[in-house]
Amino acid sequence: MNEDYAGPLPVRYVPFEADVLGALMPMHMHVSPTGHIVAVGPTLAKLRPNEDLVGQRLLEVFELKRPLHIAHFSDLLGHESCMVRVKFRHGYRLGMKGLLVPLSTRQPMLPDRRASGGAAPVLRPTASSKHRAGHEPRGALINLSLGVNVVEAVQRYNLSSADFAPADPTVDMLYLIEAKSIALEESKRLNSRLEGARVEAETQASTDTLTGLQNRRSMDSLLHQLEGSRQAFGLMHLDLDYFKQVNDTFGHGAGDHVLKFVAGVLQDETRADDLVARVGGDEFVLIFRGCVDLAMLEGIAWRIISRLEEPISYDGHQCRISASIGTTLSSFYREPSADRMLNDADRALYASKDQGRARHTVFNPEQLGVTN
Amino acid sequence: MYGLVHRALQCFAQDIYGDEIWDKVVVEVGHQLHEYEAMLTYPDHHLDDVLVALSDQLEKTPTQVSEDVGTYLVTHTRMEPVRRLLRFGGATFEEFVLSLDDLHDRLKLALPDLDLPRLEVETHSSSAISVSVDFDRQGFGAVLLGILRAMADDYGALVVLELGRGGLGDKEVERVTAELFEAQFATGRGFGLVAEESMT
Repeated sequence: MNEDYAGPLPVRYVPFEADVLGALMPMHMHVSPTGHIVAVGPTLAKLRPNEDLVGQRLLEVFELKRPLHIAHFSDLLGHESCMVRVKFRHGYRLGMKGLLVPLSTRQPMLPDRRASGGAAPVLRPTASSKHRAGHEPRGALINLSLGVNVVEAVQRYNLSSADFAPADPTVDMLYLIEAKSIALEESKRLNSRLEGARVEAETQASTDTLTGLQNRRSMDSLLHQLEGSRQAFGLMHLDLDYFKQVNDTFGHGAGDHVLKFVAGVLQDETRADDLVARVGGDEFVLIFRGCVDLAMLEGIAWRIISRLEEPISYDGHQCRISASIGTTLSSFYREPSADRMLNDADRALYASKDQGRARHTVFNPEQLGVTN
Repeated sequence: MYGLVHRALQCFAQDIYGDEIWDKVVVEVGHQLHEYEAMLTYPDHHLDDVLVALSDQLEKTPTQVSEDVGTYLVTHTRMEPVRRLLRFGGATFEEFVLSLDDLHDRLKLALPDLDLPRLEVETHSSSAISVSVDFDRQGFGAVLLGILRAMADDYGALVVLELGRGGLGDKEVERVTAELFEAQFATGRGFGLVAEESMT
């Protein structure tokens, strides 16, 4: 690649005084050919406030994570310019990453036109620079960065913006981290408040979200209202048969479809004034206001059952269900109570189930007080 | 505009003057909104309505109240994050003021939809700096004045501030001028790049 470069070797040489180097790269280290630290940037020095890094051996101060398999500093120099990951061996084991560039006596950098097209060559340490005869290594320059450990390091070593080079976006990054966390915190607060409001709204709602029927809450409130008003009414408790098989065989999509279909049938077969509520997974309660006509209610019950026995198509499948119903009337009781009537309708429903499903049973007031 | 701004005004009223004042403001404004959410957006005119109603309640001018809001943003414990974000601007008050140019773009990085004024900083002598408020709404100059006053205290700097108007391009805008007398007049409050509580 570099062999393409036909022009004269650059003679430019930029002498750096240690303090200039420190200002440009406050976390650099100059390491001698023997592997001793010769100079450190001011910020790097701050990370070991109680010891002088200068004069120590690089590999005694730092554990080298990358490159792998480095036993001696000369191995590292053999790698030429490379990414390094280091960790302090003693004290707080802060990790850092950076670039190591070997220094040689002459022209350590060569112009490199890789990816630069026709633009001016970029000075880079290159593979060929090492092999030039007479280039004694002069050690290496390592420029480190705190990487993702920056928040921790800033806190622990009380670093300020003056400890980062002005060209280094670290301080902007810390600003961004902080601003984003505030925004995120606010968003989380908003989300949890909205979630609370949603749950609240849901519990206060009177409809079942899947079927659009009334829910148990709504049924309870109507029953208690009727209880107080002494208005006559019929109460029907309906439970689907074989619904679980539909769910298990064809999945919850089929189950939901069936429930919506059932809701449609129940609404068709009742008057607008009546209440149809879904009170459990496949349980429904129907309240017929002002109606204690048993013959009429029996007719409705049987129509519902026969319509629900028709197969329901879903996604090419035929879902077969049925229904068991138990009914009671407020006129059966001297003082109708909501709990009592729900309980009795439920007992009638289980009588229907016991008789082999797809049945309708009217609660027998003779059984009042009888347990089964 | 982001509710962040509306909410700042609400928190100011509640924290400094109490819930009763805020309740009265809500009634007087009549928007049926008791609580502004920082991350939702509200119409801009709410801000004016609330500011006018609050000024009425406090028997102050909207400009005085705006300046107090600016001070509140920097000094109140509930608003500590705001002070921290501002302190990122620099190690001294002068550096901080000179960094206000970048504030708009910095905030855009974090909240791209937040529509806040663009500030133009100009130095007139070694100690005189002016900050122009480039915005399509009036009134932020007073908030900036309050912020700068509180930030000067935060850095411990002795500064004389003045709110006026000045030209910016072909516009006439609000402008705060700062005359810096002493950078370290008093001991300022501390600032670490990373907040204490985030180290857990």
